[in-house]
This record gives sequence, C-alpha cells and structure tokens, in this order.
Amino acid sequence: MNEVATSAHFKENAHEALTDARLQGALGFSRNFVGRRAAAVARLPEFDALRDSARAIKDHTLAHLDLYLEAYERKVRESGGEVHYAQDAEEARQIVIDLCKSMGAKSVTKGKSMISEEIGLNHALEAAGIEAVETDLGEYIIQLRGETPSHIIAPAIHLTAKDVEQEFRRAHRDLPPDRSLAEPEQLLSEARQVLRAKFLAADVGITGANFLIAETGTSIIVTNEGNGDLTQILPQAHIVIASIEKVVPTLEDAAQLLRVLARSATGQDASVYTTLSTGPRRPHDPDGPRAYHVVLLDNGRSAMLGGEFEDMLRCIRCGACMNHCPVYQAVGGHAYGWVYPGPMGAVLTPSLIGVAEGGQLPNASTFCGRCEEVCPVRIPLPNMMRHWREREFERRLSPAPLRYGLGFWAFFASRPALYRLSADLAARAMHLAGRGKGRFSWLPFAGGWTRYRDLAAPEGATFQSQWRARSGAVR
Amino acid sequence: MNSREAIFASIRRSLAVHGDEAPRRFEVETRLKEAPPGVVPKRGQGDLPARLATFKAEAERAQASLAEIADWAGAPAEIARFLRENNCPATLRMGADPRLAAMPWSETTLEVLHGPSDGRDVNAVSAAFAAIAETGTLALVSGADNPTTLNFLPDNHIVVLTRDAILGDYESVFAKLRGAYGKGGAPRTLNFITGPSRSADIEQTLLLGAHGPRRLHIVIVG
Repeated sequence: MNEVATSAHFKENAHEALTDARLQGALGFSRNFVGRRAAAVARLPEFDALRDSARAIKDHTLAHLDLYLEAYERKVRESGGEVHYAQDAEEARQIVIDLCKSMGAKSVTKGKSMISEEIGLNHALEAAGIEAVETDLGEYIIQLRGETPSHIIAPAIHLTAKDVEQEFRRAHRDLPPDRSLAEPEQLLSEARQVLRAKFLAADVGITGANFLIAETGTSIIVTNEGNGDLTQILPQAHIVIASIEKVVPTLEDAAQLLRVLARSATGQDASVYTTLSTGPRRPHDPDGPRAYHVVLLDNGRSAMLGGEFEDMLRCIRCGACMNHCPVYQAVGGHAYGWVYPGPMGAVLTPSLIGVAEGGQLPNASTFCGRCEEVCPVRIPLPNMMRHWREREFERRLSPAPLRYGLGFWAFFASRPALYRLSADLAARAMHLAGRGKGRFSWLPFAGGWTRYRDLAAPEGATFQSQWRARSGAVR
Repeated sequence: MNSREAIFASIRRSLAVHGDEAPRRFEVETRLKEAPPGVVPKRGQGDLPARLATFKAEAERAQASLAEIADWAGAPAEIARFLRENNCPATLRMGADPRLAAMPWSETTLEVLHGPSDGRDVNAVSAAFAAIAETGTLALVSGADNPTTLNFLPDNHIVVLTRDAILGDYESVFAKLRGAYGKGGAPRTLNFITGPSRSADIEQTLLLGAHGPRRLHIVIVG
C-alpha cells in the first residue's frame, strides 16, 4: 500500500481548490519561482548545454542501471554501510521499522524525502511506536496539520503565515501563550528552537537522497536549512531512503546535475548545503553516525525502463514543471490527490499507482508545453501525458460521455466531405438561432463551457467556404 | 528469489539484457574510471586573482561575510573582531586542525574550546578543505581536524581558507579529494556550503538562520 490517493477525484478536488479563497491567496507565492529561475538561467551561459549533459547522464545511467547499482552497492559496503532492497512501499517501510527497532530507537528525525511521502513512512513509524519528526520547516508544518506536501520542494506553499501561526500555537502548548508570532522570523525562530531539541534527542536520522554516486558509494542531499545535516550527523544511525533511479556514475556526473537542479528549483546558483555522505563515521571521527543504511526502493520503476515512460525516470525532482504550470498555479498541489503534483506528478502517478487511480491527472493539462520547456533533463512531459490519455481511452477508463463524444467527433473528422457539409449546416443553423443576441449563453451538450463564458454566434458561413469565396474573388 | 534479485531481474527484463554483456560492463567500468568532466562553466575559471575575485563576489551574493588577512597568525585577531562587532560572546569551538591549533589564540581574550559541538556553542571556527569560485562555495571535510557538528550547530560559523585553496569549480575539488582520499574514496562527510542557513518555506519569504548557522564569515589567508 502506498500513501492513500484521491487522484481519481481530480475534478472535484480542483473545483474545491478553485473556490477556496484562502488557498487562492497562498498560491500567489508560488509565482515567485518563475522569475527567480529565469534570472539564474540568465547568469549562466552554459545552462542549456548543462541540460543536454544532464539528460545524457541520466539516459546513460538508466540504460546501465543494473551495473551502476551493483557498483554503488559494492562501494557502500566497502565504506562500512549496508544496502537494503525494497520492491514496494510495504517492504521499504518494514525494513526501516526493523532497522529502527533493532537499534532500540524511540525517536527519529527526518530530512525532507519524497520517497518517504510515497511510502507513507511517518504513519508506519508512529504505528510502530516510534516518534517521527519532520525537520524541514515546510514538512514540519504540514506534519503538524496531518497533510501531504502540496509542492515537491516547497511542501507548505499552500499556507499563509497566519495558518502557520495558528498551527504553532496549537502544537507548541508549553510555550507562553502571549508570545508574538506575527512575523515570519518569529515563526522560524520558534521552529528552530523546538526542532533543535528533537535533533539532539533523536536515535535515528532518516534522509532521502538527491543522487547516489556509484563511483564512491556516496549519497547526496541538497538543502538550504541545514536540517538534513543535523538529521544525519547527530543520531547514532543514518538511514537513507532512495529510489533506484537516483544513482549516477561519478562525482563529475553529480556536479553536472547539481548545476541544473538548484537553478531550476529555487533559482539559486547553488543550494546552501550540498552534502556528500559516505558510510558511517570513520574510526577517528569525533562525530557523525555510527551506522549507515541505504534502502533502495523500486515500487514500479524498474518496469518503466525500456518503455514509453522511461524518460520520466530522468526526473531530478526540481519542481520547475509545476512552478510553470498554469493548471498547478490555479489549483495547487493537493488537488492532484497523491504525492507528486503538477506535470511530473501527472505522468508519474499513473505509472506508480495505476492508470485506474491516477488516469485523471494527465487530463489536467492545457498542453501549453512550458513544463517541457523548463525541464532541466528535457522530459517530454506533454507527450507522455498524451500517451496516458490514449491508454485511458483504450482501456475505457474515461467517462462514457467523453468516449462517445470523441467517437462521434472522430466519425465526422475522418470523413472530410461529411465534416465540411455538417459544419456548414451547423454554422448556418447557429447563425440563424443566434441572430438576436449575437451570442449564446447556453448550448446543448456544452453547459460546462457556457457556464463561464458566452459563445459568439457564427457569421453564417464556415471559414473554409469564406476562404474559397475570397481566393476565387482574388483570382 | 529475494528482493534484490527480483529488482535486478526486473531491470534486466525491461532493458532486455542479461547483465553479463561485455561491452556494457566495459562502458560502465570505463566511465567510472575516467569520470569525464562534462560541461564546466567558464565563470569560475582563470588565474588565482580572477578566482579570488569571483569567489568573493559569489560568496557575498549568498550573504556570507568576508575578510582577507596576510597570514594564519592574524586569524585570531580577525575572528575576535568579527565576534565583537556582531555582539557575540567571546567563546569559540574548534577541532584539532593543526593550522588552527598553531594560531596565537592567547593574544585575544577568546575562550577556546576543542572537539565536536553538543549544541551549546554559539561560535565555531573550521579550516576549509577547498573553495569554489564558480558559486562562492566552501568545501569542508569531516574528521577530528574539523568536526562536522561545528558546521551546523553553532549560530556563527567562521571558516578560515588559504587563498590558493580557492579552486575554479567542483571538478577541481574532486581532483583534490582523490589526491587526499584515493580514487573512489571519500571522507564520511563532504559539505559544500554556500552562505548561511536559510528557509523560504513561509510565504516564500527568504529568512536567514533556519536550522544551521545564522552567519557565515569567511577569512581568506594569504
């Protein structure tokens, strides 16, 4: 079982999101990403060449994934760490819980990890009697609210400072109730104080990985807060949870990807902390974890290799596609109903939880193409959404009116003479019917469209017949 | 079949390979051995004065503060000045780095503590392994000389760096790392640090001092 999905109800979710005034206000903040990325890209003439390089590295690694995983695993063991394999979410959760129990862990701090969200790790840890504390500020806030992230790099972007203040007052009962939390600085400083105690007390630290390096057996995390570092250096053990496609060959390859990651994500030239971790602490090290474990998760990814969704495995989770998506900007991340929102989520979700559950998401696109334009590893996201739509149609998963409607339209569209004739008749009929007002505020079978705007009445003749008449006149 | 075998079998089924193909293995071994550099931005390149200028500009963009001093012996006075001007207590924690140990700390009134941090230190000083002009980034390696906890727990992190350790790019740091730890080897932790800790998770407002240091002060020697 993965984290529970409501992706099948995208339409209802989106409708709710659009009428939620508070959410609509908060979503404005996500628009800052666009300008910041553009400015960072403008400062680096090699950016597009780096994107090509990043894409080639990912393609090369995926084509040799079995061999790079073997090399990576060997190096992790050499440096004193252990590698565990999980075929699905259930197995990954069990491995993490067994590791925690074997070390007698009562509390766990966590760096931000989308894989942890994907496998629903926090609930499982709590159910096993282990306290799990998210330490990324955004993740901490949504954990207090019992929510999933609404953005893969800015998990609490759907909230305002006022929401955060309310949550902190509810959760931090032992702090003076009359304290001021009016400024974002005060909220940050309170979170720092509360979480500092958690960092120092934790038995195990769990982080994700942005990249795994086969050459050295290293895991890389990228953060701005430093929470991922405190998570991994203070407790007795560091557990890394990562999916199998995170591996890259060498340190140099990781540097190519890091150069496009921060710029595409937050518009920074480099994130504040890029941390390379290899094995447990060395014999003479005065700090760092005494045990180092890596849990490698498949959860459907190996089956995507070699198929039409293989390109999606290049994704480095920067969030640029959602930052530039008009649909995401209108409805926010929660409407997508699972872990991964926006265009990358629309492609990945059906792959991971099935087209029956996630098949609605590829329809949540205007095909404007901005996601592909900004993707640092050039994933053809609109094309892949189209593939999913075709599958959904073939498998008869789309609603009946849509399927019959499309069949009806295809009957005419594939018979040009008939199409022209009926379009001509329809245009004339609508011209006559709409003569009075010159527009329609309601039309049969088009209520969804006319609910929000009027349709202008046709002028009588179709474009094609007008064109024929005009070119005849010129001759 | 255990999960490891099942995942490898599934990968190989999807890729239509059996895993023993000599050309594939050769290609992977070559890449791991040669580690080709890819596209390296021009921004960080140039001679030492050029790299120093780029490093300073980029580090300041990332909200680090900077000072340049002539020799290691001048570091305690500069660090004392920085702490005084920022109204910080006159205490300082450091690891066993011989370059830091050799400094004339007794010429200042700073109370110097040694070893890793347990979270109660306000100030710490580390010596950097290298720095990267391209992004104004410091590279610090774990060990008894410079414990990793000093990079994250104190409010103020001061990093001393020799001028000639300012390299152009990440690739040059990797070359230096291979010199120190052997090809394929690595310290437990390599921290690339660009500016002080920050978060923009509340309304996308950028605030310094999230979980790590609120201030990062870089002292360049030489």
